[in-house]
Amino acid sequence: MEASFYHAKTRYPGILGWIFTTDHKRIGLLYLIASLSFFAVGVSLGLTMRLELIRSGMHIISAQTYNAVFTLHGVVMIFLFIIPGIPSSLGNFVMPLQIGARDVAFPKINILSWWLFMIGGACAVTSLFTGGGAPDTGWTFYVPYSIRTGTNISLAVFGVFLIGMSSTLTGMNFLTTIHRLRAPGMTWKRMTLFTWSIYATSWIQLLATPVLAITLLLIIIERFFGVGFFDPAKGGDPILFEHMFWIYSHPAVYIMIVPAMGVVTDIIPVFSRRNIFGYSFIAASSLAIAFVGYLVWGHHMFTSGMSDTARVIFSLLTFIVAVPSGIKVFNWIASLYKGSITVAAPLLFTLGFIFLFSIGGLTGLVQGALATNLHVHGTYFIVAHFHYVMFGGAAMGFFAGLHYWFPKMFGRLYEEHLAKFAWVLLFVGFNMLYFSMFVLGWEGMPRRYYDYLPRFNGPNLISTIGSWVLAAGLIIMFYNLVHSLVAGREAGDNPWKASSLEWQTTSPPPAENFEKVPEVTTGPYHFV
Amino acid sequence: MSELAHTEHRDYTGAKLGMWFFLFTEILLFGGMFLVYAEFRQVNTAGFHEAGTEMDLFIGALNTVILLTSSLTMALSISAIRKGLKNRSLLLQAITVLLGIAFLVNKYFEWSDHIHKGFYPDSPQLLAKSHGQILFFGLYYVMTGIHALHVIIGVSIITFMFVLTLVGRISGGDYVKLENTGLFWHIVDIIWIYLFPLFYLIT
Repeated sequence: MEASFYHAKTRYPGILGWIFTTDHKRIGLLYLIASLSFFAVGVSLGLTMRLELIRSGMHIISAQTYNAVFTLHGVVMIFLFIIPGIPSSLGNFVMPLQIGARDVAFPKINILSWWLFMIGGACAVTSLFTGGGAPDTGWTFYVPYSIRTGTNISLAVFGVFLIGMSSTLTGMNFLTTIHRLRAPGMTWKRMTLFTWSIYATSWIQLLATPVLAITLLLIIIERFFGVGFFDPAKGGDPILFEHMFWIYSHPAVYIMIVPAMGVVTDIIPVFSRRNIFGYSFIAASSLAIAFVGYLVWGHHMFTSGMSDTARVIFSLLTFIVAVPSGIKVFNWIASLYKGSITVAAPLLFTLGFIFLFSIGGLTGLVQGALATNLHVHGTYFIVAHFHYVMFGGAAMGFFAGLHYWFPKMFGRLYEEHLAKFAWVLLFVGFNMLYFSMFVLGWEGMPRRYYDYLPRFNGPNLISTIGSWVLAAGLIIMFYNLVHSLVAGREAGDNPWKASSLEWQTTSPPPAENFEKVPEVTTGPYHFV
Repeated sequence: MSELAHTEHRDYTGAKLGMWFFLFTEILLFGGMFLVYAEFRQVNTAGFHEAGTEMDLFIGALNTVILLTSSLTMALSISAIRKGLKNRSLLLQAITVLLGIAFLVNKYFEWSDHIHKGFYPDSPQLLAKSHGQILFFGLYYVMTGIHALHVIIGVSIITFMFVLTLVGRISGGDYVKLENTGLFWHIVDIIWIYLFPLFYLIT
């Protein structure tokens, strides 16, 4: 038997063998380490914010610092954690294994993407300490403030531009890989639904990110040369910026959630020992989300100034984009029905995902409807919705995948009881933290404010306490995973008795993934 | 990363597919700018007309001819290498590079002329004009500027391909790199084909 890829001979020794690697598995782990490190930064910033908001009138940090903290929390979490989180780390590691490929189509571009990601991340972090101070515009970089503020916007924006390039190149790489490098017999309908979700995500990365790139470049050009595209004094149009920003950033939320949907779709059949219900519909719904997701950006701007016709159309499309997500949820439930279910940690995280994502999705419709949108726009309701979808959805899916593929990546098992305990804390803390925000938002507490009226005290206190419970859950979860890297039981090659291709090779896999390229004869969820 | 034990993996179709995917991103990158142009032209039609008269149609047309010709020589250089005619391909690649440089030189004189006349972003002379004129010149500099950046990148890549052809890394049996470079060069050309009428012809 071949040695695992950890022990394979590399062109360069030691750490250089990692940062100059072209092995998709090593690159996946590089992304994993990087994005989880950024996640830790983002969580710390979030905890700081919650601490500041524990009671009205109490101040721990200055208002300017608070502005910088919520801006960075957003930038770090979105661009440095969730967007690369699943596609670039789990996707890189797992997807080529799932289609029976030896690597991605362009291994050198793959490591280039990681480098661009790291340099972009470094730019974003450097912007905190240099120039006019930490960016304070919010992660949306809305003009005219982003053009006028004296803080270090240009460097932060350039960092995000590089991260965008990295994301685009990853999308291009994965699309080519899935089109060209499937093993013999791996037809489109025999691919795992995780691979399908990565495929749909890659299209979004490819076709949406360039719009962000040009929008960000225009901010930089505007700041340096004063061209005037977004400056009404010169005939420019700030609303145009909002359009361009959301033309990318709405599809971007699907870059974050669709891969998480793919992860849970792979986990459910394995832990209920049943074929997935409605394979084609789940695959097609990923593509449908990717497509319709392009056409709904206007729902971020219902109060910005748009014609009624445009608002009605965007609202209708927003309702339509919820349909494929609904199809997925029903299919997941149907797949569990009459299965012989083992509630192991990955499935527990998956169930958490379905529950929290459903709340997040349905409250999304509250905002997609024009009348209620006017009521909740710019309040904590949005913050709650967004975190239910992105943290309860994307990050929960990510954690589910992390537990599910942990034995594949490291050849060891984590401590099951501790994983479940961590999940309970996460789940309870999460709902305390964010459900309170639904209540606050509905009662009219505006988002992004440094302070609030005393009547909002109660839910804010619950929310802050929830943030500590959540943090405790995260610490225990990561302690368990990291500790198990060395102390975990040997997992064997296929601890879950899964039937998809990545589990048919050794764990961890050899450098070339498979000793010989497998011949595929069945679908990915074929249990006997 | 172990050195591949089995035979080297070559996938021409895959390499070209990847390039096409990349070209989509270029179209969307410029698409964002065309969107900005469309809105501003719609709102400031009169100002755009007026500003358009400042453009030098001759130099724009000359550059169009130069860039179209360079696309032809690029395509011919690929045909030549496919037939194994290394020297002819090298000559055609060199001509492509020279035409690309000629385009940039013209662009340089054109921009200098406008800047000399006081038309550049945020210039006092420009700010005194109507909104439409300010935005037209803004778009002119941004769009042709980012396009020129692509020409510079293209010229550099073709120069690199010239070296690869010279040392035999690109040959009649393995020319997908040159073909992909050609695809990139053509998209740079196609974008110009849209920029030319938008800035020079519609006045």
